[in-house]
Amino acid sequence: MTTTAPTRSLVIEREMPHPAGKIWRALTQGPLIEEWLMKNDFEPQVGHRFNFRSTPVPNWDGVINAEVLVVEPHSRLSYSWATMGSTSVVTWTLTPTDGGTHLRMEQTGFRSEQDAAYKGASWGWTKFIGNMEQLVGRLE
Amino acid sequence: MQAAAENVFKALADPTRRAIFEHLARDGEQTVHALTYRAAVSQPAVSKHLGVLKRAKLVRDRRDGRETHYTAQPQALKPVLDWMSIYGVFWRERFDRLESLLKRMDQ
Repeated sequence: MTTTAPTRSLVIEREMPHPAGKIWRALTQGPLIEEWLMKNDFEPQVGHRFNFRSTPVPNWDGVINAEVLVVEPHSRLSYSWATMGSTSVVTWTLTPTDGGTHLRMEQTGFRSEQDAAYKGASWGWTKFIGNMEQLVGRLE
Repeated sequence: MQAAAENVFKALADPTRRAIFEHLARDGEQTVHALTYRAAVSQPAVSKHLGVLKRAKLVRDRRDGRETHYTAQPQALKPVLDWMSIYGVFWRERFDRLESLLKRMDQ
């Protein structure tokens, strides 16, 4: 959990001993995406609307509605990620390094499409989330 | 997201409500009067905020004569924690799968 920037909600970074072009293929070719993420009808075209589908679990039907937002080959890919009434944006950034590629996934913001009250609340959230685990921890 | 979780997110999206909740969580049970004194907004406004927090089950109330006392119920934050941990766990696991796929792929 990284909460330094106003709307940041989740960042995962990893150094991978593979060239950016290869990682890009894994991130943008449907059958490859399915192997590590989920079934999908992704196309690397800005504006393309698609779904990710995974096995339903309790409280989740396994469907994610998405739209491609950014496609910069070998460098940046971004799509919206809407499920369970909340929408966030997933952004992949690939940076070449000496030994391969630094891969960064950032999932930002969540706001209900029905309720504009979520907008602008993110800053408060990042502050709040910092205290929350302590609060809950104190209960036990 | 479930309706209960929606209520929790909405309730805590407001900074005044968040402050009221944090006061209660930190300092224990308080009356509407005490909360109004600290919140720097009118008592009807505080009561309205408490109503939203109560619907989200983030606070519990107790009548004592003419006063209503409120207590924080931080366990109601669970949907929020679940929401965050689901994604953290989810993505880390997917990163592992991506790495294993990359090992199997040609250049």
